Amino acid sequence: MKIVIINYGAGNIQSIKFAIQRLGYEAVLSHDVAEIQSADKIIFPGVGEASSAMAKLRASGLDKLIPDLKQPVLGICLGMQLMCHSSEEGNTKGLGIFDVDVVKFSNAVKVPQIGWNQIANVKSGLFKDIEEKEHIYLVHSFYAPLCDETIAESEYGIKYSAALAKDNFYGTQFHPEKSSSVGEKILKNFICGM
Amino acid sequence: MLAKRIIPCLDIKDGRTVKGVNFVDLRDAGDPVELAEIYSREGADELVFLDISATEQKRKTLAELVYHVAEKVNIPFTVGGGISSVEDVDILLQNGADKVSINSSAVKNPQLINDLVAKFGSQCIVVAIDAKQIDGEWIVHLVGGKVPTERKLFEWAKEVEERGAGEILFTSMDHDGTKDGFANEALSKLSTELNIPIIASGGAGNMQHFTDTFVEGKADAALAASVFHFKEIGIRDLKEELKEHGIPVRL
Repeated sequence: MKIVIINYGAGNIQSIKFAIQRLGYEAVLSHDVAEIQSADKIIFPGVGEASSAMAKLRASGLDKLIPDLKQPVLGICLGMQLMCHSSEEGNTKGLGIFDVDVVKFSNAVKVPQIGWNQIANVKSGLFKDIEEKEHIYLVHSFYAPLCDETIAESEYGIKYSAALAKDNFYGTQFHPEKSSSVGEKILKNFICGM
Repeated sequence: MLAKRIIPCLDIKDGRTVKGVNFVDLRDAGDPVELAEIYSREGADELVFLDISATEQKRKTLAELVYHVAEKVNIPFTVGGGISSVEDVDILLQNGADKVSINSSAVKNPQLINDLVAKFGSQCIVVAIDAKQIDGEWIVHLVGGKVPTERKLFEWAKEVEERGAGEILFTSMDHDGTKDGFANEALSKLSTELNIPIIASGGAGNMQHFTDTFVEGKADAALAASVFHFKEIGIRDLKEELKEHGIPVRL
C-alpha cells in the first residue's frame, strides 16, 4: 500500500503522517507528479488561506493533476474546500471536483468554529462503523453548504457539509488525524476500504 | 452541536513537566508525552503545553517535544511560552503543533499577530492574555502577572481579534491558584463583545466552577492544571457532570 500526502507547503502535514503511522502504515510526503500518480491512496491536506493555497497548486501544476487522479483521494479541511468549485476566501476558483461554492460563516456564530462538533446523516463507506452524532474536530471559518455530494453533515448556526464525496474523491471539513479514535476509524476506512 | 472544551495545561521546563503530578499509573511523572496520552484517553478535548524554560536550547528542546507529542497523541494541542517570531511558530507547526499561543511578544509587538495570521492563518494563532484588576479596572500583565502594562483587558482583546487571532486564552491573575472559580464576569463580557472563541483560565477548584464558567462566563473552553494533575477532578467525571447540567460535551 503506497500512501502519498501531497506536500505543497500548506499546513500541518506532520500530524497526518503520524496518524497514518499509528494505523500501521507509512505515508510519503511529496509534490512530485510521478510519485503522486503511483500512489494507491492520496491525501490532500491544507490549512491556511484558500487563494494563496490555490496559487501554490497552480505554480506547481498540481491544480491540473489532482482532478485527473483515478485513485481514492481524501482532501482534509482546506484541502476539501479547494476541491470545491470556488471559495469566498480570497475569491478564488477551486479545483472544481465538488460542485459547491465554499462560503464564510455568518457573524451569528463565533468565527472560526474551533472544537468538537457532531456529524449526522453519514453515508459512504468512509463512515463505516461510525455512529451518528459522533464528535469530530474542526477548525474553520468557511464551509461548504449542503449539496448532492454531502456524505456527512454538521451544524453550526446552519447545517453544512462535514464531508463530501464524488467518484474517487472524498473530502472532510474535519481533521480525522486530530479526531481521536473516531478520526482514526475514518482514516482507516479510507486507507483500507476505498 | 459544538461541544464545550476541557483543556488540561501542562507546564514544561527543559522538555519535562514541572509541578508535581499525582498519577499512580504514570511510569515517569515528568514525561509530558505519557501524561498527554493519558489525558487524551481520559477524554481531554485539547492540550496546552506551556514552556517555562529559559535556556539557550529551549527552542530545540521544545520542537523535539512537539514532535514526540504529535507522534503519539490524536487530539489537538497548543504550544506556548516565549514564542516571539514567525520563525519560532514555523518550527513548532512543522513539528506537528496544531496551534501556538503568544502572550508577552504580542503585547510588545502587536504587529506579530498580523504577521503570524498572514503566514499561518487565524486558526492556529491563540493570543493568551493575563490580567488582574487594579482599582476596578482589568489591566493586562506580563511575566506571569508580575508586570503591569498600560493596556486594558477589553481594549486589548478587541485589538487582538481585529488583528486576526483565532482564539483568546484569558487568565485572571486574581483567580489563578485560588481554586475559587473562574473570572466569569470578565469572561462573559469578553465572550459577548468579541466574536472569536474564549478559553477561560485561572481559578478552577471544583466541578461546579466549570459549569459556572460555561453558563455564566459564556466561555467556549475551560483550561486548568492542578485539579487535573492531582486528580482532584477526573476529566470523564467532569464531563458527565457538565452533561447533566445541559452543557454540550464530547463523551
